[in-house]
Amino acid sequence: MLIRKPSDIPSSEITSKSDYMNRRQFMAGAAAVGASALGAARLVSPHQSVNADTSASAKLTTVPSPLSTAGITPTSFKDITTYNNFYEFGTDKSDPAKNAWRLKTRPWTIAIEGNVKEEKTFDIDALMKLHPIEERIYRHRCVEAWSMVIPWDGYSLSEFIKACKPLSTAKYVQFLSLEDIGEEPWIRESSLHWPYSEGLRMDEAMHPLTLLTFGLYGQTLPNQDGAPVRVVLPWKYGFKSAKSIVKIRFVENQPRTTWNESAPKEYGFYSNVNPNVDHPRWSQKTERVIGAPFWKASQPTLMFNGYGDQVASLYKGMDLRTNF
Amino acid sequence: MPNRFVVALKWIVFPLCLVPLGVLVDQGFTDSLGPDPVATITHQTGFWALYFLLISLAITPIRRFHRRLAWLIRFRRMLGLFAFFYACLHITTWIWLFSNFNAHTMAHDVVKRPFITVGFFAWLILLALAATSTLWAIRKLGGKRWLWLHRAVYVAAIAGVIHYWWIVKTGVRTPWKVTVVLAILLLARLVWMVMESARKNRVTVATAA
Repeated sequence: MLIRKPSDIPSSEITSKSDYMNRRQFMAGAAAVGASALGAARLVSPHQSVNADTSASAKLTTVPSPLSTAGITPTSFKDITTYNNFYEFGTDKSDPAKNAWRLKTRPWTIAIEGNVKEEKTFDIDALMKLHPIEERIYRHRCVEAWSMVIPWDGYSLSEFIKACKPLSTAKYVQFLSLEDIGEEPWIRESSLHWPYSEGLRMDEAMHPLTLLTFGLYGQTLPNQDGAPVRVVLPWKYGFKSAKSIVKIRFVENQPRTTWNESAPKEYGFYSNVNPNVDHPRWSQKTERVIGAPFWKASQPTLMFNGYGDQVASLYKGMDLRTNF
Repeated sequence: MPNRFVVALKWIVFPLCLVPLGVLVDQGFTDSLGPDPVATITHQTGFWALYFLLISLAITPIRRFHRRLAWLIRFRRMLGLFAFFYACLHITTWIWLFSNFNAHTMAHDVVKRPFITVGFFAWLILLALAATSTLWAIRKLGGKRWLWLHRAVYVAAIAGVIHYWWIVKTGVRTPWKVTVVLAILLLARLVWMVMESARKNRVTVATAA
C-alpha cells in the first residue's frame, strides 16, 4: 500500500540535485574549515577536501528495464541519501551523509580473484561501459524494519560475472568493500570485522534481479549510498547489498559475511526478506515506510520483499526457518 | 528555602519538563521528524523517560551534600511522574505505531523479545509507583511499606538501561552514558549507607564508653 500518489514526473526530475550538492559541498567546506581551525589536519587533508568536489555525481544515460518494479513510487532523493546504514562512516543512519564525502571514488578498481579463468582487475569506468545501464526501481527492505523504494541504475551482475569467466568450482561469490582507515576512520569505533564482506550463492548472484549498481535517480551513486559501485538484492535485507566494492572473489565454500559473523543468531547467510522469520529486536511482519507520515507509516512486509515470483524457485526444498 | 520559592520554582520546572514533548509536537506539525518519524518519536520519548528517571534519582544524593539542599526533595515526585509520563508516551508508540493496537502482536512481543519484556516490566513498576505517589497512598500503606515499595525505582531504572542496551545493534555503544550515570547514582547510595553505618558505630562506641 503506497502512501503518496504515484506521480508522472520522471524520477530524474523529482529531486533538486543542486540543493543536495550544495549541502554536501557546504558540509565538506565547513568540516575543512572547522578541522583546520582546530588544527586537526590529520582528519582532513587538502587532498581529501578537494575530492569532495571532484566526486560530484554525474548524470547517467539509462535505458528502461522490464525487471524494474512497476506501480511503486520512489522514496525522495533526500531520504534515500540521508537515511541509511554504512558503518564505515558511522553507526547512526544520518552519519553516512555527513561523513562519506571523504570517500575517494576515483581512481577505483575491482579486483577479481579466486576460481576464475584469469584473475584480473577492472577499472570502474570500463565496468560502467560493459553493458547498458538500466533504471531498476526496486523495493528496499532493511532488517531494522524500515523500507524505501529506490530507482537504482545498473545492470544485472550476471553480465559482469560472465565477463569474469568463473570456473565450475566457483560455488559462491564474495563481495569485499573498501577498508580504508584514512577515508573511513569510523571503522575503528565499530566492533565489526573489516573489510565488510558479503556473499551470495552462484545462482543468486546470476539471478537477473541481482543488480551491479552505479547510480540512483539517474546519476552516479552518492558516496553514502555505496559509490562508486555496489550490488543490490531487492529480495534480501539491505545489509546483503554490499557497498563500495573493491574485490569480488569466486569461491568454493560459503564465504564469511560481516553481520552473520557479528551475531549469527540474528543474521543468517541468506537473509531473505521473510515476514515469518522473527528477529529478536524487530518484528519482520511489518515495515515502516520511510517518508510516510508517522500515523500511517506501517505496512505489511511481503515474502521475498514481493519478489517471490522471480526468486522463490532459488530456494525450493530449503527450510527457510533454519536457512534464514 | 522558603516555601514560596519552592512553589514558584515548581511553576518554572513543570513547563520545562514538557519541553521535550513540545519539541516533538512542533516537529510533527512542521514535518521535521526526519525520514523515519516513528523512530524519532520512539527514541525521544524513551530517552526522556530514562533521563527523568535519572534526574529524580539524582535528587537524594545531591540533597545529602548539604542540609540546605533539603528542599530538593519536594521536586522528586514531580520528576518521577514525568519519567512515568514519557514512559507512557513511549509505550504508546509501541501499542499504536508498532503494534497497531493488536493485542496478539503485543503479547507475542512481550514474550518473544527480551528488550520488550524488560521494558514492559520497567513500565509496570513505574505504573505502580505513580499509582502510589499520592499522600493518601503513603498514609494508607504506612511510611515504611511505602518506602520499601518505592525502592523498586532502582529496579525500574536498571531495567530501563538494560532495555536500551538490548535494542541497540551489535557494535553500537550509545547506552554507555546513561549506564555510567545510573552506576554513579546507585554507587552514591552505597557509599552513603557505608558512611552512615560507620557513623552510627562511632556513636554507639562513644555512648558505650
